[in-house]
Amino acid sequence: MIPTLSIDDLCISFPRHGAPIPAVQGVSLSIAPSECVGIIGESGSGKTQVFMAAMGLLASSAAVSGSIRFEGGDLLSADTAVLNRVRGSKLTMIFQDPMTSLAPHLKIGTQLAEVLVCHSGMSWRDAWSSAARILARVRVPDPKRRLHQYPHELSGGMRQRVMIGMSLLCEPALVIADEPTSALDVTVQAQLIELLRTMRGELGMALALISHDLGVVAGLADRILVMYAGRIVESAPALELFSHARHPYTAEMLKCIPSLSGPRLARLPTLAGQPPQPGEQLEGCAFAPRCPRVAARCRSERPLLSPAGAAAVACHFPLPA
Amino acid sequence: MNGVGSDAARRLRSNPAAIVALYTMLAIVALALLGPWLNPNNIEALDWLHVAARPGLQSAHWFGTDRLGRDLFVRTLAGTRVSLGVGLLASVVSLVVGLSFGAIAGYSGGRIDHFMMRIIEILSGLPLIFFVIVLTVVFGRNEYLLFFSIGAVGWLTMARIVRGQTLGIRRREFIEAAIASGAGPGRIIVKHVIPNVVGPVIVYATLSVPQIILFESFLSFLGLGIQEPHASLGTLIAEGAGEMESAPWMLLVPGGFLALLLLCLNLFGDGLRDALDVKEA
Amino acid sequence: MNGAAEALLQVKDLRVDFGAHAVVRGVSFELFEGETLGLVGESGSGKSTLARAILRLLRSAHGSVEWRGKDLLTCAPAELRAQRRDLQLVFQDPLSSLDPRMRVGDTIAEPLRVFEPGLDANARARRVAGMLERVGLTAAMGARYPHEFSGGQCQRIGIARAMILNPKLLICDEPVSSLDMSIQGQIVNLLLDLQRDAGTAMLFISHNLAVVRHLSHRVLVMYSGKLVEIAAPDALFNSPRHPYTKALLAAVPAIEPKLKGAPAALRLEEPPAAVRLPAAGCAYRERCPYALPVCASTVPPLAEATTGHWVACHRSHEALIPLSLPA
Repeated sequence: MIPTLSIDDLCISFPRHGAPIPAVQGVSLSIAPSECVGIIGESGSGKTQVFMAAMGLLASSAAVSGSIRFEGGDLLSADTAVLNRVRGSKLTMIFQDPMTSLAPHLKIGTQLAEVLVCHSGMSWRDAWSSAARILARVRVPDPKRRLHQYPHELSGGMRQRVMIGMSLLCEPALVIADEPTSALDVTVQAQLIELLRTMRGELGMALALISHDLGVVAGLADRILVMYAGRIVESAPALELFSHARHPYTAEMLKCIPSLSGPRLARLPTLAGQPPQPGEQLEGCAFAPRCPRVAARCRSERPLLSPAGAAAVACHFPLPA
Repeated sequence: MNGVGSDAARRLRSNPAAIVALYTMLAIVALALLGPWLNPNNIEALDWLHVAARPGLQSAHWFGTDRLGRDLFVRTLAGTRVSLGVGLLASVVSLVVGLSFGAIAGYSGGRIDHFMMRIIEILSGLPLIFFVIVLTVVFGRNEYLLFFSIGAVGWLTMARIVRGQTLGIRRREFIEAAIASGAGPGRIIVKHVIPNVVGPVIVYATLSVPQIILFESFLSFLGLGIQEPHASLGTLIAEGAGEMESAPWMLLVPGGFLALLLLCLNLFGDGLRDALDVKEA
Repeated sequence: MNGAAEALLQVKDLRVDFGAHAVVRGVSFELFEGETLGLVGESGSGKSTLARAILRLLRSAHGSVEWRGKDLLTCAPAELRAQRRDLQLVFQDPLSSLDPRMRVGDTIAEPLRVFEPGLDANARARRVAGMLERVGLTAAMGARYPHEFSGGQCQRIGIARAMILNPKLLICDEPVSSLDMSIQGQIVNLLLDLQRDAGTAMLFISHNLAVVRHLSHRVLVMYSGKLVEIAAPDALFNSPRHPYTKALLAAVPAIEPKLKGAPAALRLEEPPAAVRLPAAGCAYRERCPYALPVCASTVPPLAEATTGHWVACHRSHEALIPLSLPA
C-alpha cells in the first residue's frame, strides 16, 4: 500500500546574510492512509516547515533537498499546475490563525464554493449547496445564513470550523493541521478536537496534526513524531510515547506539563536552557546542552534515528522501555 | 548605530542607485563648496569682453557667461550653495516643528489632537503663493521672507506623517509598558515615540528637500525670492529661460545642476525608504 | 491569607465598557500582601481588560480600585504615576512589550530613571546588571536589542524591568502563554523566586488552569466580564461549584484520559460573542446544563458557599449531577 505521504531525507535551509541557516535537517517520515500522525516540537524544531514544503508554501528563498511524495507523486519537482490540482482538494491544510487564513473581504460561502468550482468543476449554485452541507457537517449552526457572512462576523472557533470544512470539501486523502487550536480557548479547542475525530471517523482521511501542545495531540494521534532542532528525535505509537518515552527530551517535556490532578508543587518542573536558535550549529546531539543524561559521546557524535520495536529514537542513551 | 540602523545601512549599501546618487550628491556639494577656490572669478564681476560667451575649457569661463558677462561656473556653484542651503535649512526647520507637533498631537489624542489637526488643516488650506505675494507686498522683498514662507508650508505634511506614525505606535505594548513604569508623556514622546517614528520621517525629510529646492526655485523664478546680485538655481534658470535660443548654456547649466541634484536626492530618499521599510514590516 | 490585615488592593464593582459593549461588568475582589491571586478565564472574559483597568491604563466606566488607601481611578495623574512604582505589569507578548529601538539595559533602567533620577550612571548600571543576572541573563546582554533575544529571554527582560524597583504588586498578564512549554516552567519559577525574595503580591492571569493551580493561593474564575467563582486551588480544582468552572476543567486536554482509554472532552457550545449576551440573568445560562428559569431573570450574586469559597450561581448550594461524557 502506497503511503499517503512519504518524505525522504528532507533538508530545508533559509539564507540569512548570505549564509544558509538549516531549518530542517534530514527528516524522513511516512503517513499511511487514514493514519493520524502527531508532530510535536517547539520553536526551531522545523515542524511547520516540513509541511509547508509539502504544500509548496515555503518562501521562495528556501533551499530544499530530498523528496516528498504524495500518493506516489513527487511534490517538490511538480510544476504549479499539477500542484494546484492536488492542493486544496486531495491535500489540504488548516492554519493556526483562521482570521488571516480566511480572506476578510469575501463571504464564507464564496470562499467555500470557490474550492469546489475550481477543483470539481461544479457550478456556483451546486457549490453553494455543497458548502452549506459541509458547514452543517462541521456543526456550524444555521449554515445557510452563515454562508452569507464575512469572516469577521464569526468567532475564532467558528472560523476554524469553516477552515476545517473547507479542507474537507473535496474529500482529501490528507489534511495537514498546523496548530489548529493554538489560538483558541480551551473549551473551543476541546470541541474542535472532537470535531476532527468525528470527521476522521466519517471520512477516513489521514491527518497530520502539528502542535506544541501534547494534550491536543494526545486526543487524536495514532502515532507521534517528536522534532527538535530540525530533526526527528523520537517516533512512537501515541500510547507508548506517553507511557514510556524513550528520548530524554520527550521524557522531560512530559514532566514539564503541570497537571490538574496530583499534588500541588511549590515549583514547576522545568527543562533548563532553551531550544537552539536557528543557525546555531552544534557538534553532536542538539539536545546535549540540556540533557540530564548527557555523556561525552553525545557532544561529539550526533545520534541517528534508530528503530526500537514499534518506535524509533535518536539517542545514544535512550531511556529503557 | 543601533541594531536596526546597521541593518538598514547594509541594505542601503547594496542598493546601487542609492549609492551612486549619494556619491554624486556629495560630489556636487563638494564642488559647490570648493568652487570659489577652483575658479577665481567673482559672481558679480562683469566681463565685458566675454558677454554671453560659450562654455569652453580653454576659455576663462568654463561654463560660459551670461548676458552681463558674469561667469556662469561660479554663479552656478553659488546658486547651488544657496539652493542647498535653503533646502537643508527649511527641511531641518520643518522636521523639528513637524516632528514635535505631530508627535504631541498623535500621542495626546482626544481634544488636543483634534485642535492641533484643525490648525494644520487651516494652514494647509491657505493658497501659498497668494500668501507669499501678500507678504512680499507688505514687507518688501526679503530673503528671510523666503525662508519663512517655505518653513510655513514645509512642516505641515511632516506633522501629518508623524502623527500618523505616532497613532500606529501609540497602541503598541512597549508604550503601555512605559506608561505602566511610571514614565510621563514627555519622556514617552521623546524616548519612545520619536525614535520609533524616525524611519519614515527621515525618508520624508530627505524626499522633501528636492520639493523645497524646487519651491524656492519657483519663487525665485517668479522674482519673489533670491534677489540680485545673489543667485540661486531658480534665478539662474529664470535668466537662462529668457536666453534659451541664443545662449542655451545659460539655461542648461543651472538647469542641469538642479535636475541632477533633485534626481540624486530622490533616488537616495527612495533607497533610504526601502532600506528602512523592510525592517518595519 | 492574613484575614485580619488590611487588603493591599481592593477592587470594587469595576466596570469597563468598550463603546456599547460591557467588557468588565462589576468585578470586586481583594488582594493581600504577598499573596498570589490566579485569575483564569477565556478570551472575551475580560481578564486582560481588568488588569489594565486596575492600573488605569484604560478608562473604567464605574467602580474604584483602592490601593493602600488611595483610589487609583480618581487620583491625580501625578499621584498615579508616583504609585506606579509599586504596581508593575508583565505582558503577554514579550517581544512587543520591549521598545525595539532601545537597548534592553536601557529598557530595564527606565523605572530607575523615572523614580530614582538622582542615581548616577554607574550605580544605575550596577543595578541593571544585578537585575539581569537575577533573572538568569548576563550583564553583557544589556547592550543588545530585543530582536536579538528569544521569547523566553525577552520575558525575562520584561520581568527584570518590572521587578527592578521591588514593587508591592506584580500583575502578570498571560506571561507564559506565548512561550514554548519547556520554557514556561522556567519563567514561572523565576516569578515565584522573585516574589518570595521580595514579598511581592502577584495577580497571575492565565487561561492555563494547571499552571494557575500550582502557583496561586487563591483563584478567581472570570466569565463574560464577571467573577463566577473564587476559591483556594484545592477547593476549586477538586470540587468546583460553578458550572462554567466544571466545564473549563473538563475541557482541558489531558494525556491521562488517553492512557486510561477514556473518551475525551465534553460537547460544549460556543461561548457567546459579547454582542449576544443574554439581556438579563446569568451570562452563562445559555450554555449551562443546569439552567433554571430563575437563571434567566436574576443575575446570581457572588456569595460565599463555604468559607473562602465564593460562587455566583443560583444552584451553588445543591449537589449537582456531574456532567456526563458524550455517548
